[in-house]
Amino acid sequence: MDMNYKPNPEYLVEVNDLKMYFPVKTGLFGRTPLKAADGVSFAIRPGETLGLVGESGCGKTTVGRALIRLYKPTDGDIFFEGKRVDDKSIGGLRKDMQMVFQDPYSSLNPRMTVEDIIGEPLDVHKMYTSREDRRDQILNLMEMVGLNAEHATRYAHEFSGGQRQRIGIARALATKPKFIVCDEAVSALDVSIQAQVINMFEDLQKQLGVAYLFIAHDLLVVHHISHRIAVMYLGKLVETADSDELNANPVHPYTQSLLSAVPHPDPKTAKNSKRIILEGDVPSPLHMPSGCPFRTRCRFATEQCAKEMPQLTDRGNGHMVACWNK
Amino acid sequence: MAEETILSVVDLHTSFTTDKGEVKAVNGISFNLTAGKILGIVGESGSGKSVSAYSIMQILEKNGSIKSGQILYKGEDITKWPESKMRDFRGKRCSIIFQDPMTSLNPVFTIGYQLEEAIKLHTDRRGKEARDRAVEMLELVGVNEPEKRIKQYPFEFSGGMRQRVMIAMALACEPDILIADEPTTALDVTIQAQILELMKDLQAKLGMAIIMVTHDLGVIAQMADEIIVMYGGRVCERGTAEDIFYRPAHEYTKGLLRSIPSVDTMGQRLEPISGTPINLLNMPKGCAFCPRCDAAMKICLEQQPPETRTVDGHLAACWQAIRTEMDAGMVRVEQKA
Repeated sequence: MDMNYKPNPEYLVEVNDLKMYFPVKTGLFGRTPLKAADGVSFAIRPGETLGLVGESGCGKTTVGRALIRLYKPTDGDIFFEGKRVDDKSIGGLRKDMQMVFQDPYSSLNPRMTVEDIIGEPLDVHKMYTSREDRRDQILNLMEMVGLNAEHATRYAHEFSGGQRQRIGIARALATKPKFIVCDEAVSALDVSIQAQVINMFEDLQKQLGVAYLFIAHDLLVVHHISHRIAVMYLGKLVETADSDELNANPVHPYTQSLLSAVPHPDPKTAKNSKRIILEGDVPSPLHMPSGCPFRTRCRFATEQCAKEMPQLTDRGNGHMVACWNK
Repeated sequence: MAEETILSVVDLHTSFTTDKGEVKAVNGISFNLTAGKILGIVGESGSGKSVSAYSIMQILEKNGSIKSGQILYKGEDITKWPESKMRDFRGKRCSIIFQDPMTSLNPVFTIGYQLEEAIKLHTDRRGKEARDRAVEMLELVGVNEPEKRIKQYPFEFSGGMRQRVMIAMALACEPDILIADEPTTALDVTIQAQILELMKDLQAKLGMAIIMVTHDLGVIAQMADEIIVMYGGRVCERGTAEDIFYRPAHEYTKGLLRSIPSVDTMGQRLEPISGTPINLLNMPKGCAFCPRCDAAMKICLEQQPPETRTVDGHLAACWQAIRTEMDAGMVRVEQKA
C-alpha cells in the first residue's frame, strides 16, 4: 500500500497497483500464492463504462470483487470519490458501490419475494421513512427495470432468466449507487433477451449517471456498451484504450489475437478475415512465466520479455499498452 | 459430384412427459443433411435444437420420446431400429460431441483407455493396433506428444485439450456424421477459434457431414454451409449463410440479427426482440413466434405459417414473408414437401 498516493479528484473510482493473491496448498506443507490480480491500475470517471475483458482465469472477476471489497486485497490502493476504500470506510461506501452477478439463478434467494429481495438493501441502509415509502421505492425500481407491480409478491423461481436479471439489477439500483460492478451480467442470457438487458443498462446510465465496471468475455457486447476497454491476461492489464480505438487499432499481440478470434455474425467477414490463432493454452497462474505472462504464446517474444514485465505506457490519446515489442 | 443426402429428418415430433404436462420440444421439423457439408442449427434455449440432435442419436432423457416422424439414414428409418442396431449406429456411423468437455470424460480412466474403448467397441482393432489408432487420432486433433498424453487422466488436460480428445474419440471410427452440440460454448474465444479451425480441417480431411448445433450466430456464420433457424421446436427459416445473414425473411431471424451487437451497429441502440422466451407447455395456436413479433397479423395468431420460397429462393415460415412475396407478384405459394 502506498499511503502517500494522491488520488485524482476527476475519477470516481481509482485503482492503483491492486494485488490480490490467494494462498493455494501445493504439496504437503507448501503454499504458493495464486496471483489472481498482480499490479492492476485503472480509473473510472463518473457516468462512464469501463469494460474489462479477458479469458477465464485471467482475474477479471477478482478485480471486480476486490474493488467493492468482497475480497480483501493483498496490496494496492482503491479510492472511491477520492476516499480510500478500506475496512473502516467500506461500510459507508457500500451504498454507493453495488454489484450485479452473472448467474440470475443462484444470486437471488429462492425463499424471498421480489419485494423483499429489492427491499433488502433499503432495509440494510435504512433508506425509507415509512412502510409506504419503502413500498413506493420498490415499485418505482421495478418499473425502472421493466417489471410489473403485480410481480412484487412472487418468488424468483417464477421468472425467466432475463426477468431475474432485472430483479438483480433493481436490487443493485435500490441504494442509488454511483458505481455498479456488472460481473458477466448478460452472459447467461439468450441473445434476444441479452439485447433487452444491455439497452436497459445504457438507459439507466443516461437516467441516473451511474458508472459501470462491465466485466465480460463477449467482446462484441463489451465493445457495444463500454466507453473504454481494459484487456487483462493472467492477472495483469495488457492494454487499455477507448472502445472504438481498441477495436480499430489493437496494439498488444494478445488483444490482436483476441479480437481476431471473435466470430463475427457475418459470413463474409467470417470467411475472409485472417485469424491470428494462438497456440497452446493459458499457463497456470500458479506457475506464471517470468517477465511478460503472455510471452509463452506470443509471436513476437524476445529475450527481454522473459526477463522483465513491460509497464503500461501511453501510446497517444490514453491508449495504454504493456508490450516491449509493439 | 452429385450431392448425396446422407440423413433426412422428416416431420419429426419429440416430446417429454413432465409433471406439468407434455412438453413438445420438437414440433415437426424436416431437413436433409448432405454428405460432406456443415449444417448449422441455430436457436435460443428451448428452441428444440439440441433435442433434435439427441433424437437423431436416440439419446433422449427417459421421459422423452419421438412421437412421430422419420429419420432416414441412407434411406433406412432408424427410428424403427432396435437398440442393438442403434448402438452400432452411434459411434460408428454418427458421433456426437457435447458442450461440456469437463463432464463428458470419465475422470477415473486414462485418456488412452477411453479412446481405445470406443475403438475396440466399433472396430476389429485390438491391443497394440487399438493403441496405435488412439495415438494417431490424438495426433490428428493436434494434441502434442500423444504417446505421453495417452497415459494421462482428464484432469491433466485443459478445457480446449479435452474438447480435442472428445473430437478424437468421436472421429476414431470414421463416422459419416458428426453432431456437435454447442462444441465451443464452454471455451474461451481464442480456444474456440482453435477448435473451430480444427473441425473445419478435419472435415476437409475426413469428409464427414457435420450438424452444428449452437446459439452463437457468430460461430454459425463462420462454419455452416446451410443454416436452419429454429424457434419453439419449429423451423423458422433455412438457407445458405448468406441467405440468413444478408436476406433474412422471417421476422424472428430479423429480430435475432438486430439484437446482436456488431461492428456496423456500434454506438447505436440495439433493437431487442420484446417479450419473454416461449413457454413450451403453453404453445400458441398459430406461429410460435407471434406473441413476441412486432409485425404479427391476425392470421399469425390462428394459423401456422407454411414454409414457402422467399423472393430470392430460400425457405421461410412466416406470414409476413408470404405477404412480401405476394406484393412482389409471386402469388404462387409453394409448399415444401
